Amino acid sequence: MIELPTLESLNVVVTLPALALVLGAIVLLLVDVFLPERRRWITGWLALIGVLVSLGITLLTTDRTGEAFGGMFVADSFTAFLNVVVLITAAVGILIAMDYLRRTDMNRSEYYFLLLFSTGGMMFMGAANDLIVIFVALELLSIPLYVMSGFRRPETRSEESALKYFLLGAFSSGFLVYGIALIYGATGSTHLPAVWAAVSAIVEGGSSAVYLVLLGAGLIVVALGFKVAAVPFHMWTPDVYEGAPTPVTAFMSVGAKAGGFAALLRVLVIGLPSLIVAEQTAAAWVDALALIAALTMILGNFAAIMQTNLKRMLAYSSIAHAGYILMAVAAAGHPAVANQGVQAALMYLLTYAFTNLGAFGIIIAVERNDGSGVSLDDLRGFSRQRPWLALLMAFFMLSLTGIPLTAGFVGKWYVFWASINAGQVVLAVIGVLTSVVGAFYYVRVIVRMFLEEGSADLAQPRLPRTLRAGLIVAGLGTLIFGVLPFLAADMTTGIQIALAALGGG
Amino acid sequence: MQPTVFVPTDLYVMLSAVLFVMGVLGVLIRRNAILVFMSVELMLNAGNLALVAFARQWGLANGQVFVFFVMTVAAAEVAVGLALIVAIFRTKRSIDIDDLHEMKG
Repeated sequence: MIELPTLESLNVVVTLPALALVLGAIVLLLVDVFLPERRRWITGWLALIGVLVSLGITLLTTDRTGEAFGGMFVADSFTAFLNVVVLITAAVGILIAMDYLRRTDMNRSEYYFLLLFSTGGMMFMGAANDLIVIFVALELLSIPLYVMSGFRRPETRSEESALKYFLLGAFSSGFLVYGIALIYGATGSTHLPAVWAAVSAIVEGGSSAVYLVLLGAGLIVVALGFKVAAVPFHMWTPDVYEGAPTPVTAFMSVGAKAGGFAALLRVLVIGLPSLIVAEQTAAAWVDALALIAALTMILGNFAAIMQTNLKRMLAYSSIAHAGYILMAVAAAGHPAVANQGVQAALMYLLTYAFTNLGAFGIIIAVERNDGSGVSLDDLRGFSRQRPWLALLMAFFMLSLTGIPLTAGFVGKWYVFWASINAGQVVLAVIGVLTSVVGAFYYVRVIVRMFLEEGSADLAQPRLPRTLRAGLIVAGLGTLIFGVLPFLAADMTTGIQIALAALGGG
Repeated sequence: MQPTVFVPTDLYVMLSAVLFVMGVLGVLIRRNAILVFMSVELMLNAGNLALVAFARQWGLANGQVFVFFVMTVAAAEVAVGLALIVAIFRTKRSIDIDDLHEMKG
C-alpha cells in the first residue's frame, strides 16, 4: 500500500516563492495568447509583477524553513538569500529589457516567459536538496537561456552565440549526469544529506568506493565549472556574451552564475564536505577548486585588458569574478570556515548582481539599434553629453574593481577574509594582485568617458523610464551595500548551511 | 530458483564508461553540429546506463526514476537544439561549427 502524501507532509508553504513564480509564468503564457497585438506591452509588466509577488512571498516567509516534497526541496536561509538575489536580477533584467526589445524590433513576449522560467530554475537550484533536483533545475535554468541568446534572430552573431552556448551547455550536462551516476553508484542515494552520511562512512571505512566518489565529484565540478564560466571551461563565455542581446547578457551573466554557484555550494558543502582523503584536514575538492580559482582570476583579468568591445570586456570580467567566488567556495571546504565561505560567496553574488546589471544597463542605453556602438572607443567624451550617466558608469566600474565605499569592495573583502581564515594565503594574494590588474581595464573605461574628446551619446534622445528605473535599483544597491556594509553582514551572518555534525561554525 | 545469467554491475559500468568517453571524444572531434549533438546524447545515455546498473546493484528504484528525468530533459534539449540548428542553417547554409567565427578575440 502506497501512502499518499498529505498537503502537510509536502510542506508546500516553504516552496511558495518558487512555485508562485513558475505558476505565474505559466498563467502569463496563457494570458499572452489572448491579448490583442496592441496590448502586448502588458506582458512585460505582468512578468515584473510576478517577480515582485515572488519576492514579497520570499521576504514574508523567511522564517518558514524546512524540507518539502519528501526532502528533495529544502528552504533555509541560504535558499531565501539566493531567492532575493535572483529575483532582483530578474526584476532588473525585465526593466532594462523593455525599451530595448521594442526599439530593436525584438518585442516578442517569449522573452518574459523564458526569463521567468529561467529564474524559476535558479530558485529551485538554491533550494535543491537532491542531485536529481540539481540536474532538473540546472536544465530549467539553461534551456530558456539558450533560446534567449538567439533572440536577435536572424542576426548571425546572435544565432552563433545561441548554438555555441547550447552545444557547450549540453556537453556540460552530460558530465553532470555521469558524475551524479557515479556518486549514486558509490553512495546508493541522490539525497544530499544521505550522500554526506554515506561518503563519511566510505571515507572512515577506507573503502575503494572513495575513488568513485572522487571521479563523480570531479565530473560535477567540470559540469558546473562550465555553467559559472571558470577556466578552463570558459571558452564559450566571450562569444556568447558578445553575440547575445545585451539585456540577455546582463541577465545571464548574473543569474546563471548565481544558479551555478548555488548548485556548487549545495553539492560540495552539503553533500561532499567529508570527502577527506590521505590525511588531509580539508575536503579533497579544495585544492582543485583553489587551482581553478587562481587560473580563472588570472586569465579573466589579463584577457579583459586586450578587449575593445565593452560586452566582451565584461565577459572576461565576469570570468574573473567567478574566480573570486570560487575562492570563497574553496574556503568553504575547510570545516572550520565552511559557513563563512558560503556567506562570502553569497555576499559576492549579491554585490556583483547589482554592479554588473548596472554596467550592462548603461551599455544598453548607449547601444544603437543595430547592435553597434558598444566598443570602448564609442564611450569617448560620454561625460560631456550625459554627466550623470557617465558618473554612474564610473561608479559601477569602481565597484567592479573593488574600491571602498562601493558594494564590490564589501564582496571582495568578505571573500579575501574567508580565504585567509581558511589558510589559503597564496590564493588571497593572487586575488589581490589580479584585482590590481582588473583596475587597469575598469579605469580605462572611466578615462575614455571623462578625459578623452568625443561625442558619445545615448542611442535615443531620452533615457527610457524603465531603463532608468533599472539603473536606479542597480545604483542604489551598489551604493547602499557599499556605504552600509553592516546591512549585508546582518543578512548573511544567519546563513548556516554546513551540517552541524561537521563542527564548523 | 529460476536459473538466470547475472551480468555483474561492473561490466555495465565499464560499458557505460566506454560510451561516455566515445561521447566526449565525439563532441571534441566532430565538426558537424548535429553529430556533436548526437555525441552529447551518447554521453547522457552512458549516464543513464550507469544509473540503471547502479540502481539494480543497490536494489533501489530512485536511480531508475532519475533516468526518466534525464530522458525528459534530453527531449526538451533536442527540441531547442534542433530549432537552433535549423535557424542557423537558414542564415549561414552550413552547420559546421568551424564556420561559427563571426566573433573573435
